[in-house]
Amino acid sequence: MSGNLLDNLFIFMLAGFIGFEVIRRVSPLLHTPLMSLTNALDAIAVVGAIVLAGEHKTTMAAVLGTIAVVAATSNIVGGFLITDRMLKMFKSTRGTGKS
Amino acid sequence: MTESFAVPQIVIEVIYLVASALFILSLRWMSSPVTARRGILAGEIGMLLAIGGTLLHHGIVDYKWIAIALVLGTIIGVPLGKVAMTAVPQRTAVSHAFGALCVTLVGTAEYYLQAPNVPPFTMAVLGMEVILGSLTFTGSLMAAGKLQEILPQRPLTYKGQNFVNLSLLAIAIGLAVYLVIHPEAKFLFPFIVGIPLLFGVSMVIPIGGADMPTVISLLNAYAGLSAAAMGFVLNSKLLIIAGALDGSSGFILSVIMSKAMNRSFTNVIFGAFGQVQAAAGEAGEAKQARSATAEEAAAILSAANKVVIVPGYGMAVAQAQHKVRELFDALSKRGVDVKFAIHPVAGRMPGHMNVLLAEADIPYDRLLDMDEINGDFPQTDVTLVIGANDVTNPAARTDASSPIFGMPILDVDKSRTVMVIKRGMSPGFAGIDNPLYYLDKTLMLFGDAKGFVGNIVRELGGGQG
Repeated sequence: MSGNLLDNLFIFMLAGFIGFEVIRRVSPLLHTPLMSLTNALDAIAVVGAIVLAGEHKTTMAAVLGTIAVVAATSNIVGGFLITDRMLKMFKSTRGTGKS
Repeated sequence: MTESFAVPQIVIEVIYLVASALFILSLRWMSSPVTARRGILAGEIGMLLAIGGTLLHHGIVDYKWIAIALVLGTIIGVPLGKVAMTAVPQRTAVSHAFGALCVTLVGTAEYYLQAPNVPPFTMAVLGMEVILGSLTFTGSLMAAGKLQEILPQRPLTYKGQNFVNLSLLAIAIGLAVYLVIHPEAKFLFPFIVGIPLLFGVSMVIPIGGADMPTVISLLNAYAGLSAAAMGFVLNSKLLIIAGALDGSSGFILSVIMSKAMNRSFTNVIFGAFGQVQAAAGEAGEAKQARSATAEEAAAILSAANKVVIVPGYGMAVAQAQHKVRELFDALSKRGVDVKFAIHPVAGRMPGHMNVLLAEADIPYDRLLDMDEINGDFPQTDVTLVIGANDVTNPAARTDASSPIFGMPILDVDKSRTVMVIKRGMSPGFAGIDNPLYYLDKTLMLFGDAKGFVGNIVRELGGGQG
């Protein structure tokens, strides 16, 4: 257990540094879509909720898990949709905005 | 029946590994508008893989509720993805609330599944998860309410507010520490969910509209951290990574926002603006501001070579971005060089103005950051301020007694002529008078941003065609 804990702390630290370096480079132009994208990615918490809802260990855990899946899924769907809508709008004078 | 589909755990872990890499790439590609949409695709593939992998999990015995929940979440998510661009700040706050809700519910369920035998470390991160999760949930809902103007945008303060807030947080943390030592004290758990829920409300009550960019970013960081804590509880490396990425993103944005206001986090959260309003009103009486009509404004603009437009929250409220685009077109056609100066805290969330102007089809290479544009103002013929106030206030540079002294501003007063579209002479959200309006080179254009810009465009069109 303590081995796992240390591994996880190392991963957390490394991911934090990667996040810091990667996100520092994001242009201020895209700060709003950045926030909606990280929001959608953060909804990966849905994996924990799915297991709770599916394992059905207790009724309470299943109910809470199901509500959690609803909340996270709406963030995933809504987050990706709106980020894509926003990014589609960013166009350069040279017309290179599209991918 | 599910047993026959059993997939070795290692396969699921490899899928999670790929998903983690895709998430990092997704954020990496957000660095430029050229690659950003590829970033979304990477994120979506990563998400689908992760969800697919999770559905293969051997412990899952019942898919019915998962399926219903996924469908229901999609039904709620689609309209949230289709809101108007002007409603993006409140939408973002709502999605922070949903993310935090998910994390809090999962944390609560995990505690009751494991109690009374919760190892101390698990209990500690579980405590962190539900405390951060529940305060982010109500805090974000409050922020969304203020942004949607269901709740008053003005800071609401009362005596001893900071003491009450800090005590609430301290009690919640104290109870969580007690639970680490005595995880069997089940009756205490509802309090470490409930008290932070209260704290979230009371934390956002004293925060004004102009501070929303910092608050939304901070709530974003909390949501990320609580998800990472959930990753520790569930021993899910994917979740730890996603939470750490989201947390560092929210943290960086908070730092940028508070730097742009020259304030610390603690100052934003515990030092509500707005008490200075009373003093500010009187000082303005003696001074004279000059005003001009749309016709005069159009004449000045069409005679200029270089024009900088400074949009602010007022442009968003009046939904004037499309009229601004028409003005941009009309001036560009006459050979005027038009740029936009974007202050980091203009609007109600990081990047708010950029999204609105992009929506109106203004090319993003015309949108310049404060640091990029400030050197250009001395060579600028006309600066047109549309619904921005405090971010253009020269008192931040010159008047040490001003509450915003030291805040980095757009140096619009250095351009040759300044025109300000404003409804009236009332001070901005920080309640501070703006000496810019009384300069000899400044012309006040009184009226609704959308209407006034429309009038200027008509005058420009009528002049020479």
